[in-house]
Amino acid sequence: MILLIQYTLLFASVLLLVALGGCFSEHSGVINIGLEGIMVFGALGGALVMRYLPAGTSPFMIILLCVLASMTAGLLYSLLLAVAAINFKADQTLVGTAMNLLGTAAATVLVKAINTATNPDNPSATISYVEARKAFLMVDGKEFSWLTILTVVLLVVSFILLYKTKFGLRLQACGEHPQAAASVGINVYSMRYAGVMISGVLGGLGGLVYITAGVSEWKFENGVAGFGFLALAVMIFGGWKPFRIALAALLFGLFRSLSNVYTGFDFLNQLNLPSTVYNMLPYIISLVVLVIFSKNSAAPKAEGIPYDKGSR
Amino acid sequence: MEKKRIPFLRIPAVQTLLASLICILLGLLIGFIVLLLINPSGAWNALKTIIENFWSFSSARGQIKNFGNTLVKTAPLLMCSLAVLFAYKVGLFNIGAAGQYVAGAGVSLFFAIGLGAPWWVCMIMAMLAGALLGAISGVLKALRNVNEVISCIMLNWISLYLVNMLLAPYMDINMSETWSLKKNYPAAVLPTLGLEQLLNNHQYITIAVPMAILFAVCIWVLLTKTQLGYELRATGLNKNAAKYSGMKDRFNIVLTMAIAGGLAGLGASMYYLTDMIKWPSAVAAVPAMGFNGIAAAFLGGLHPIGAIFASFFIQHITDGGSFMEKTYPAEIASFISAVIIYMCAFVLFLKQQMNKERRSSKRSGVKEGGNVK
Repeated sequence: MILLIQYTLLFASVLLLVALGGCFSEHSGVINIGLEGIMVFGALGGALVMRYLPAGTSPFMIILLCVLASMTAGLLYSLLLAVAAINFKADQTLVGTAMNLLGTAAATVLVKAINTATNPDNPSATISYVEARKAFLMVDGKEFSWLTILTVVLLVVSFILLYKTKFGLRLQACGEHPQAAASVGINVYSMRYAGVMISGVLGGLGGLVYITAGVSEWKFENGVAGFGFLALAVMIFGGWKPFRIALAALLFGLFRSLSNVYTGFDFLNQLNLPSTVYNMLPYIISLVVLVIFSKNSAAPKAEGIPYDKGSR
Repeated sequence: MEKKRIPFLRIPAVQTLLASLICILLGLLIGFIVLLLINPSGAWNALKTIIENFWSFSSARGQIKNFGNTLVKTAPLLMCSLAVLFAYKVGLFNIGAAGQYVAGAGVSLFFAIGLGAPWWVCMIMAMLAGALLGAISGVLKALRNVNEVISCIMLNWISLYLVNMLLAPYMDINMSETWSLKKNYPAAVLPTLGLEQLLNNHQYITIAVPMAILFAVCIWVLLTKTQLGYELRATGLNKNAAKYSGMKDRFNIVLTMAIAGGLAGLGASMYYLTDMIKWPSAVAAVPAMGFNGIAAAFLGGLHPIGAIFASFFIQHITDGGSFMEKTYPAEIASFISAVIIYMCAFVLFLKQQMNKERRSSKRSGVKEGGNVK
């Protein structure tokens, strides 16, 4: 049971962070399909820091540096979307898809190159960080991560930022009716840049949480297994509102963690389902959720539409 | 009326071709920079190997064999890219081609090995499986307004796990992949009709290659010469206008996704039934074929005939990547493909701008001084 709670919290943190990222981006009017790629880059940034930090680094420094590295990596990578979607009015779905493919490919190339450079007999795309990862654990031997606390803090910050500050309200205006926002002197371009970049920061951090969730090495060929898209489903389920997204993330986290821990439950064992069923569960649930919640969606009205100063 | 001559650079086909070539050059350039960063001494040779693919072999035998291998893999890729571009014409982004491909692979192998069915049954069933998966996304989009990209991704993973489960009983334990069709189920292997003799008795060349090209032509005819194609394109250009003029927009969405899914599913059977590839046990990631299909579709200028050449090119550099020296990771080829897709996003914008300019300059010619910009 305690194991289930541990994993639920971890996966919920991942989904919450990434979904909040998507939330900022969409409130500013840009659909961020590329969250998956952003997660991979964030994960890569964090993993590289963990790999190269000297052994005696204090746990606090490890956490700080990893978090900063993953956020920076995510931020930089999200600029690919920002430039294409905001300045060049590109098809946001196409750019996002390209970013997802590019993320996994680039990370694999980079990690493989690093691995073969240090040891020519090791052409794998895996980074392992057994020791460094222990810094994230609050209690030794239990999977309660400090990053979960950070996630909760970021949730509150996100809520305040979106609903209680001038910046947040302006951001949302750009996603609802950019021309109206522009007419009262808001710079739609920079607001949308801000939205996408925040999504890069949060998505990158989400990637870091994901690769430290109960595993101490990561094979970058596999990317992040559709988690960026699960997070988008969480965001839609949560109605683009931070606290509802948090609840949705908890629910999805629960289903995702079942595949890790279902063997610990007698009644689940008695059902005798193959493990693949548990693997499929989060994806099936999100489809069902999408079917129920997409029809009257509260999506920002101008999302996905490139901002054109001249149109009304 | 006098026909106005369009300037050379304004001809759509020329624009498309130029744009694709620029995308390729930029993709290769960025790939080359990455190769240089990894190890400057062999970077040029590595890039040459990627571009040359089968030409990098010294013997004629090796060249023909690897040319054939690339052709065999181009067939499924072309089908996937058709699946993507067909849906895109109707305004749908079929990222689910990957999952529809997986479903096709699973079902064709299940019918071949599990039920001992002949090749044509396997093919039809693969097509139906892909069509079903595509139709699910289509129905969700049409009736419940579910973003097709997200539903497609979910279905990609669901179908991957389902296929893993479906094929688990048919594994060759020693190889931990599905049984060889040629050895055990020859009836399921696609016929060759003597095509292998063209390529030095190539092991895996079958009717799949000409069939895929035929499908590309059929899709082109369907889109440009039939009423259905007209309706589908109209729906893609302006959903509301199409609906207003009496076209069944919802039905068209479902039909489009079903056809697209069928193409991808069929494509998978064109590859798995050659026996060149088998389904390994417990695959952890969705195969890249469907995603490469996106690259090929956009690189081909979203034109079925362009897709033939683009698919060959994408497969060409993918195979070329696997022949590089081992100091360079083979994934550099998928990196280049991804860069190409990213560049294609800019191309669409540029083309739109060019055409917009033409239209607005025409308009301003009519209305005196009516240039709004």
